[in-house]
Amino acid sequence: MQSATLRAVAVAAVVFGSLTAAKAQDTIFYSTQLRPIEEATKVREVLLKGVPGKVTYVVDEPPAFAVRLKAETQAGKRTISLVGALHGELQPHVPDDLQPIEDVAAKVSNLGIPANLMQLGKLGTDKQQYIPWMQATYIMVANKQALQYLPAGADINALTYEQLQQWAKAIADRTGQRRLGWPAGPTGLMARFFQGYFYPSFTGGVVTPFKSADAEAGWNMMKQLWTVSSPNSTSYNFMQEPLLGGEIWIAWDHVARVKEALEAQPDQFVTFPAPAGPKGRGYMPVIAGLAIPKDAPNHDGAVAVIQHLTKPETQIKTAQEVGFFPVVKAELPADLSPGVKLLSSAVSATQNAKDAVVSLLPVGLGAKGGEFNKVYMDTFQRIVQRNEPVKAVLEDQAKVLDTLMKQTGAPCWAPDKPSQGACIVD
Amino acid sequence: MTSRASWIPYALIAPAVLFLAAFFIVPLVQTIWLSFSSEEGVGLANYARMAGDLNFSLAIRNTFLLTAIVVPLQVALALLMAVMLTKIERGRDLVLWVLTIPLGISDLAAGLAWLAILQNTGYLNSALYGLGLIPGPTGWLTQETPVALFIGIVLAELWRATAIVLVIVVAGIQLIPKEFAEAAEIFGARPWTRFRKITLPLLKPSLQSALILRTVLAFEVFAVVYALGGTNFPVLAGEAYTWQNINQNYGVAAAYAVLIMAISLAATALYLSILRVRPEQQP
Repeated sequence: MQSATLRAVAVAAVVFGSLTAAKAQDTIFYSTQLRPIEEATKVREVLLKGVPGKVTYVVDEPPAFAVRLKAETQAGKRTISLVGALHGELQPHVPDDLQPIEDVAAKVSNLGIPANLMQLGKLGTDKQQYIPWMQATYIMVANKQALQYLPAGADINALTYEQLQQWAKAIADRTGQRRLGWPAGPTGLMARFFQGYFYPSFTGGVVTPFKSADAEAGWNMMKQLWTVSSPNSTSYNFMQEPLLGGEIWIAWDHVARVKEALEAQPDQFVTFPAPAGPKGRGYMPVIAGLAIPKDAPNHDGAVAVIQHLTKPETQIKTAQEVGFFPVVKAELPADLSPGVKLLSSAVSATQNAKDAVVSLLPVGLGAKGGEFNKVYMDTFQRIVQRNEPVKAVLEDQAKVLDTLMKQTGAPCWAPDKPSQGACIVD
Repeated sequence: MTSRASWIPYALIAPAVLFLAAFFIVPLVQTIWLSFSSEEGVGLANYARMAGDLNFSLAIRNTFLLTAIVVPLQVALALLMAVMLTKIERGRDLVLWVLTIPLGISDLAAGLAWLAILQNTGYLNSALYGLGLIPGPTGWLTQETPVALFIGIVLAELWRATAIVLVIVVAGIQLIPKEFAEAAEIFGARPWTRFRKITLPLLKPSLQSALILRTVLAFEVFAVVYALGGTNFPVLAGEAYTWQNINQNYGVAAAYAVLIMAISLAATALYLSILRVRPEQQP
């Protein structure tokens, strides 16, 4: 009896011992990107294949991600070795939660990651905070049924905001339904439309010309657009659902949020760049990065994963499997799936547009990124939804924006002209 | 015997108290502290920010309006259903079971179920279109149709949370001795009089619990509104969520949380004083 007990204890000790040993080698990779189960499975089974050692890929919503990173720092107990998140999601974690990774930057320096992307990865400090992982942007998608209503003489790859308005109006007039849609729901990315597309196109800036006459003209255009947009837009978070349902015929959204529609019915949709305003065709790249938290339990494992994911082969596979595009020098093969092909054609049409105005991601806003978005969404809500006078609202919100910029001290980023000190509203 | 009996109740209640202290009181104190601390130091900055926000007065109005309409309707419906249940002879358990099914469904799932009915391509529109009443998909849940949106939310809330009131009222009705009603019947009291003079007064303790529970929950309403209305129908708990997760300003989110708690406590105190039941009035 006693020997049996002893044996059980011994077995338990061995099992437990090997478990803790396995845990020590385990690299926990915590990500806000590629969350849906199909994509997470692709990461686990395809993209992370061939990494030395065991990697556990864990995904979480961005708010939970922020809380967990902070909580682990406060508790002094780190379980995560590697994080993958958007530029803006990593920003609030500098300098408290992230370990600068100059050494890893040196290791990936020969992959051809553009210098401006590496610069973004410093998050406004003088050390590398994250390594660019993959990139995406926003595109327009239209149902082929909408094409017959396109205004005469309009080139879908070089639309203007006026033409978009006429197009949507023609659809509303002829079909009786407003079918232009925006992701203006609670977790939609509408704020990025105003920061990266609307403001650069109408004013050539984001912060400095916030209440300029150009901005005023832009908002008046937005009001007209809204009259031909689906009233359900304030409930849409991902445009792929209303696109697939046929409720919406023309939409603007992040590539990852229309991908499902394009994959499911590639023959039903066309893709094209966002429209241009008087100052050009604003567009905003989206960068996801890989970073190592402070006191990571498996630093070497994390470095190995970063090196694996930034290999050109893995980057191409990432584009094929999940529709995010390479940050390193890598040629995409011709045999992409029809859905990803649609995405990539709109992305390259956007990047190569003659009148493109690139809007960089904000740097230096720290934890105020959410409130920065709120300024634009509140302006939208007041001017467009509540019909308040444009000039007065812009004056009001400019004060909020100005205070925010002075609090954070964030310098201007493109397309605003570089500033000495905080970026202020003119 | 007495000395042993005196500590037993405390020992038995200790785990629950410890659990509440660790997972309720501590976070509560932290939340209150968070709501008063901001970059400018300790003070009312977060509350000023909350009150100055463009959705604040709207959220207050919507939350109170929803509570004022939903809770009385739920109590009335629950009373009606409970009285009907007492008249059912066979299959009473089955009916009770069916009526309480919504209790087992999460708030968000209930919201999504109603979204499937009320959205543009939902069952309601399909039915109306089939009957030839509408020419095509019609939006009921948009900012441009606030009344329809409000009615939709009220319906979903009625469906989802009337059962909890019903369960409490049914339990209360079972405690009322049948003799009272029989005696009243002998003296010629009509059903409505019996209900008003016997059932309702003796149900007061149950109604008090049900009202407190439902009102507190109504002030916290979130998932159903979020699923059906998104940002079109701001409510207090939704604003707390937005400030925490979208705007990432935890201080203002905490201020909203403290405000909801204060309103709930005030409502509870109000019910306790209005519906006070003296011990001799209990059945």
